[in-house]
Amino acid sequence: MIEALIAAPLLLPAFAGTATLLFLRRRRWIGAAISIGSALGLIAVSIILMGWATAGEPTAYALGDWPAPFGIVLVLDRLAALMLLLTALLGLAVSVHATVTGLDRKGWHFHSLFQFELLGLNGAFLTGDLFNLFVFFEVLLIASYGLMLHGQGARRLTAGVQYVIVNLIGSTLFLVALGLLYGLTGTLNMAHMAGRVAMLPAGDQGLAQAAGLLLAAVFALKAALLPLHLWLPRTYAAAAPAVAALFAIMTKVGAYAIMRTMPLIFGDAAGAFLLPAALGTMLLGFVGLLAARGLREMAAFGLVGSTAMLLTAVALFDGQAMAAALYYLPHTTLSAALLFLTVDLIIRWRGAEGAAIVPTPRYAGQGMLAFLFLAAAVALSGLPPLSGFIGKLLILRATLASPHVVAIWVVVLGTSLIALIGLARAGSRLFWKEDATQPVNADRPAPGRVEALPAFFLLALLAGLTICSGPATAYMEATSAQIFDTGGYVRSVLGSGDEGKGGE
Amino acid sequence: MSMEFLVASAIGMLTAAGIYLTLRGRTFPVVLGLTMLSYAINLFLFAIGRLTRNSPPLYEKGLTSYTDPLPQALVLTAIVISFGMTALAVVLSLRSFLETGTDQVDGAVEADPPRPDREAQS
Repeated sequence: MIEALIAAPLLLPAFAGTATLLFLRRRRWIGAAISIGSALGLIAVSIILMGWATAGEPTAYALGDWPAPFGIVLVLDRLAALMLLLTALLGLAVSVHATVTGLDRKGWHFHSLFQFELLGLNGAFLTGDLFNLFVFFEVLLIASYGLMLHGQGARRLTAGVQYVIVNLIGSTLFLVALGLLYGLTGTLNMAHMAGRVAMLPAGDQGLAQAAGLLLAAVFALKAALLPLHLWLPRTYAAAAPAVAALFAIMTKVGAYAIMRTMPLIFGDAAGAFLLPAALGTMLLGFVGLLAARGLREMAAFGLVGSTAMLLTAVALFDGQAMAAALYYLPHTTLSAALLFLTVDLIIRWRGAEGAAIVPTPRYAGQGMLAFLFLAAAVALSGLPPLSGFIGKLLILRATLASPHVVAIWVVVLGTSLIALIGLARAGSRLFWKEDATQPVNADRPAPGRVEALPAFFLLALLAGLTICSGPATAYMEATSAQIFDTGGYVRSVLGSGDEGKGGE
Repeated sequence: MSMEFLVASAIGMLTAAGIYLTLRGRTFPVVLGLTMLSYAINLFLFAIGRLTRNSPPLYEKGLTSYTDPLPQALVLTAIVISFGMTALAVVLSLRSFLETGTDQVDGAVEADPPRPDREAQS
């Protein structure tokens, strides 16, 4: 009975999202309070769930008490718990930021859309069924369309149209892959499918592999991997930066889905194309960061590059590399979000220059912003004091055994240098150089400290990840072991013994 | 002609037309193309449970052969989602046309409108 708490990360945002609609016109603060309260509740729930997940085997919760291959299950394991906690923490930071900076007043229904986005994310992390994965992808995408367009403007609309079209085509491909897999195996439950794919006759293996590659392509589209990355920089640069900070986890949904389905269902054969694509994306992302002329584009390209770093480690499909990737995963999400929030603060407190990377007259509160930008830059480029350095070290160490070690080291170290140069250049232009012209709005009041609180919260989380790197890596190693222990996953979903008799 | 051939070629033609239209740079053909793609996918999902005739997906007295009911449930979900998505894409492209004054997907305004007297000159 107590397992019902596994459904709480879905129910809480669903109810909160509906409840905020009631307080839309008057008493807007109640809506905001519900939204932030729901994020706090999600953190509490996911900490409890993480405690359970750490205790042992994955736990499956059958919705409506229908047994696994027939009904829909939610599966909680270490990986899912980690992603839930990360989403909840990021959700708290972004919802507070959006409320404090007044982003939620720039259009309708911000908090509802935000909660439904959380619902889609949590659902995608918890579900144990491929079709439900598709449905939750759609839920989070629909919410993200709304959030992306929030605040409007012609540029945002044009980017929004492209974003919607690209994702609609992605969903179409997802359905094709699902259809192929269902036609071959007669099931959509991931654990059940894992067993069935292994037992396919030789003639059907090729078709299953095609479906697996198609799925990998769809997930790579969500993670913005090289040939499929084109939508991301434009979309994220056009969206409100606070929204883009939340979207930092959406690329990780793609990475998560790859981590979940590829080892479980297809073995590691489907990942052969992943490594070169990830290396190319890393190069592209950080070179784009260097070339960007606006702050938002810079942050968007930084996100592309650091997600590619994560996928490089995932693509090796090996225990140690996966553990390193898992340690890097919260880091890259939080640091990209931190950069986006910092960029938002910088844009808000600057004058007419906006997001362009050009010198400006001095303005109040520059010191604090410079500190935040420095911290975000250190985190994103993976310099020593923060967790990115440890993450990159772990990834580099894990790749030693791989045959592609030279290529990986060259690209990782080279792009780190490029990222460093790009971020240092932007930072020195923004905060060191001074425009000689008279300040246009010298009488503007100094910015409120409260607005920077969410950014400092993210920074504190990054610092915490660094300080607790010992226990964190231990957790990630156990998680990685659990990802590759597909037998344990199948057992806990289908129950021991009846793996064969699942579908008549 | 067998039913399999008809269904398969219908899916193929819809997909081909859909891909062609989505590759056009203007929002209206793109939306049409997306619709065709989603029809193709719905047919495809419907067909993955194998094509059978005269067999219901639900229990009925005296019958021994059934169709797989799951693809029909999947198609239903996919239809609902794709309807909603198409409506969103239509509204969005309309709004973006009104806001930017062009229906190009990349938002770029055309360089020159086609001149009616081109044939006369050449």
